[in-house]
Amino acid sequence: MVDKSAIGVTFVPTHAQVEAGRLRYFFETLRERNPIYRDASAAKAAGYAGVPIPPTYLFCLEMMDSEKPFEVLEKLDIDLARVLHGEQRFDYHIPIVVGDTLTFQSRVADVVDKKGGALTFVSVATKVTNQHGQHVADTLRSIVVRN
Amino acid sequence: MGSNPLKSAAVGDRFVHKTFPPISRHTLALYCGASGDHNPMHVDIDFAKKAGFPDVFSHGMLVMGYLGQALTDAVPPNAIRSFSTRFNAITQLGATLTCEGAVTELFEDSGEKRARVALTAKDENGEIKLTGEAIIAL
Repeated sequence: MVDKSAIGVTFVPTHAQVEAGRLRYFFETLRERNPIYRDASAAKAAGYAGVPIPPTYLFCLEMMDSEKPFEVLEKLDIDLARVLHGEQRFDYHIPIVVGDTLTFQSRVADVVDKKGGALTFVSVATKVTNQHGQHVADTLRSIVVRN
Repeated sequence: MGSNPLKSAAVGDRFVHKTFPPISRHTLALYCGASGDHNPMHVDIDFAKKAGFPDVFSHGMLVMGYLGQALTDAVPPNAIRSFSTRFNAITQLGATLTCEGAVTELFEDSGEKRARVALTAKDENGEIKLTGEAIIAL
């Protein structure tokens, strides 16, 4: 069972490219029609350096381009069938646009037992930097383990 | 930067409101590929049953994706400073989600005016699936 000794564990960094084609697939799936995302000239006219990414897409990029998308679970010996997503947070520092190459560096930020140990909440904090070395975003996800 | 319709926002303004089509198995299959989240729980009924669930259910991040879409229908994506949610309940197949948001506070931080927005995603029975918050630069 995962416990507080996991705090500070780090994972292999993921390098991900923001690609127009993959992003279009995401938009088709969610039936996104906002011209800011769908029309490069509309994004430019609105003052963007390029086509921006939607607010949750960082989560997808990290999973898509990770060589081991479930590394957190494997490394902490957590069964995929026993996890739920508890909480998710994004902090955006610098706009991310199509064409950027991002690096995701994740670490275990906290481990907390709840409901008398029936559930364990594992928080994973991820720092996101771009191809210029700029710190563009932070994400925090909490995984709920049903013990 | 595009004009931000929240510039003249007041506390209590309900400026986010969007209803999405029912979540189908097809949607979950597409989202599995489009998001890179290949967790079988959301697409493989055999896996879900073995894990003790009656059927597959939605990725929480698909619901957060819909909430994000409702949000950026109302404000420019680059005006969002932070976006966070709690996944309160499992979103079942067939759920018709309505995403809403209202301004709860206007304040200044890092030299800019900002709005705090409370967000929810509910199904057709009014059950809250996600509660969240966004901080928007005005």
